[in-house]
Amino acid sequence: MDDSLTADRTTDSATFEGFSGRPDELLSLLQYCQNQKGFISQENVREIACFLKVSEARVFGVASFYAQFRFLKPGDHQIRVCMGTACHVQEGDQLSHETQSLLGVGLGETTPDGRFDYQEVACLGCCAQASVVEIDGKIYGKMTREKLRKLLEAYEQP
Amino acid sequence: MNNLDAIRRQALLNWDTLAQPKDTPVIYLGSASCGRAAGALNVYEAIQETLDEYQLKARVIQVGCIGPCYLEPLMDITLPGSPRVSYANVTPEKARKIVVSSLVNGDILPKLAAGHFGSEEFTAKTGIPRFFDLPMLKPQVRVILKNCGLIDPEDIDHYLAQGGYTGFQKALQADPQSVICELKVSGLRGRGGAGFPAYKKWELCLAAAAEMKYVVCNADEGDPGAFMNRALIESDPHAVLEGMLIGGYTTGASQGIIYVRAEYPLAVARLKKAIQQMHAYGLLGEDIQGSGFNFDIQIREGAGAFVCGEETALIASLEGERGMPRPRPPYPADHGLNGFPTLINNTETFGTVPSILRNGGKWFQQFGIPGNTGTKTFSLVGKVRNTGLIEVPLGMTLKQIVFDIGGGTQRPFKAIQTGGPLGGCLSASQMDTAITYESMRDQGSIMGSGGLIVMDESTCIVDMARYFIGFAEKESCGNCTPCRIGTRILMDTLEKIVRGEGEARDLDTMRRTAMTMTQASLCGLGQAASNPTSSGMRYFLAEFEAHIHDKYCQAAVCTDLFEYKILAEKCSGCGLCVSVCSVNAIEGERKKIHHLDGSRCIKCHSCVKVCARHAIIGIPNSTRAAEWDFCEVLS
Repeated sequence: MDDSLTADRTTDSATFEGFSGRPDELLSLLQYCQNQKGFISQENVREIACFLKVSEARVFGVASFYAQFRFLKPGDHQIRVCMGTACHVQEGDQLSHETQSLLGVGLGETTPDGRFDYQEVACLGCCAQASVVEIDGKIYGKMTREKLRKLLEAYEQP
Repeated sequence: MNNLDAIRRQALLNWDTLAQPKDTPVIYLGSASCGRAAGALNVYEAIQETLDEYQLKARVIQVGCIGPCYLEPLMDITLPGSPRVSYANVTPEKARKIVVSSLVNGDILPKLAAGHFGSEEFTAKTGIPRFFDLPMLKPQVRVILKNCGLIDPEDIDHYLAQGGYTGFQKALQADPQSVICELKVSGLRGRGGAGFPAYKKWELCLAAAAEMKYVVCNADEGDPGAFMNRALIESDPHAVLEGMLIGGYTTGASQGIIYVRAEYPLAVARLKKAIQQMHAYGLLGEDIQGSGFNFDIQIREGAGAFVCGEETALIASLEGERGMPRPRPPYPADHGLNGFPTLINNTETFGTVPSILRNGGKWFQQFGIPGNTGTKTFSLVGKVRNTGLIEVPLGMTLKQIVFDIGGGTQRPFKAIQTGGPLGGCLSASQMDTAITYESMRDQGSIMGSGGLIVMDESTCIVDMARYFIGFAEKESCGNCTPCRIGTRILMDTLEKIVRGEGEARDLDTMRRTAMTMTQASLCGLGQAASNPTSSGMRYFLAEFEAHIHDKYCQAAVCTDLFEYKILAEKCSGCGLCVSVCSVNAIEGERKKIHHLDGSRCIKCHSCVKVCARHAIIGIPNSTRAAEWDFCEVLS
């Protein structure tokens, strides 16, 4: 058992360049993995656990605590609707309903063709431009249902 | 030291040529995240294309956020011999027109300008008001935001030219005790919201004996509806970093960490660049400016957990744990990150420190009122006309903020949420309250980090209470029972009320739950999570009772508790509502009164938004009200 751990550690340490294996690097390692593939796979959890010499349950326990981490492959386009207070006051929840009904998916789900996935975010900090929607990292302000529909149509076209 | 002074002299010369260009015009574009959301990057492309097309020479600089976000995107142009002139709500087409007119024809198009940064004479000559005389900006005092939107946040020379890092140089010449003394004189209190005197934390951390100490900047701005820290970092990152540097020198720490929300990628990018520049100028690393002081700053990204804004939870997160708060004491100043003494302050607190050291603690006292000195930034958003980032002296009343700076609301004012999701909803009768840490607490709210969300008649207080408790329920870490279960009870009860199934005893249930949570929760989140509900019940009890007893939501938000009706006397028959209705529930010819079919209506509010005459209103649900009457008769 010990042997296999050491073996794993030597092979895996190569994949985490710039990390020294200290336990406080766990969050940064998870972010590093997510940046590479867009999500954290079971394999990642195992690798990180070996690398830091902690249990897989601990790695997954920390990862699942934070809203940022995803465990399923994301869609090509990531749609995030802002759930912030300013957006809520400006009826941002309508955008959430609209997106879900247009895409036919629920929160955290990906369309069957893998093109879009839908998420909600606590606040994007662009409150003066409420209601706000983020698509692939680009923030669109002062959104309405109509604008959102047009925007999504533009993304639908390959 | 001389080295930095020499660099600053050169930076000042360069700044002067930028502020008063001799031949090359300068174009500034506000492109912080909020400006980008309003389309600043498209404007940037249009400017570059126009310059290429007409073969014009100009320097284009992307600056941060100057504050009045409702004017975004903002573009400024400085022509040789003319002050910087600002244009608001610039679209790519408008940018093209202004650039061509200004740079080719020398006509600055005064009619399109929103303000300028020059003298009174220029106003007399052109009729353009001074930018800082605009109604939203005039009552403000800019200490923390003084550079925001004016300098290039990615150029350390701009910051140096504004007197940047002189506060740090002064600190180096003094001893740590005098730095703390200056902070004490200034009366600066923690800007994260709790209002703990800043100097006390610094003093405790200095006094703690350990071989390693940390300085942590809390930039995990999790309050939905607040963006002060994001704007400050994106617009003037060096101010925050200088504050951390001073903190490191004063407390004897050698490692600084800035913990930034992952949702703020631009802020992270600007910090990275700023830290590189600090290294290049010998402001980080070993033996900084020949003083023998070693310090370095690392950026750590958060991972989307609101509770990590709490200092002990943030430290847990930095240690690679689940971000769960720990009981205090021991306080981080004694036993913080990895068990070492840690100075942990909010971004804004660090951002204020350089100005205090530069100008002295006494200077800072002139702003605000005794016990609550200085200025504080707020994000003014919601149903207010002038939205944006503001900075005011503490002690200003809510009324001045909402009506003088914010320009009031479109529909009658109803409430203001202060202190984010853990704060309280204050009503119109509290508008004369001066903003101080104590007065906010007395009113059942908190200062918080500074989100101000304005609500008008079309906002439902019960729905807002449900929204905030829903947020707290999601973000509760689950560590202590009062918070984990309490938020759930409040959420379930409010959902029940919003569905129209509220009972008289629900109010009492919520009051008791709120009290338990406040008294027994482990950290600030649980203790304050019930504030929005409690303050809502305190100041808007009638609205809760209407939801419970009359099954009616007057604000027309809770979809089960009203139906829409078109007021015949107000309808002009313009047809706008007919065109936006996605379910064809509204009928009517142009210039004739329209009718709304309640059975088809999905209450999406689209029609209400487009009706300029406010002719569509929510009335009590006829069927449900009838059912209710029937039940009353039976009982």
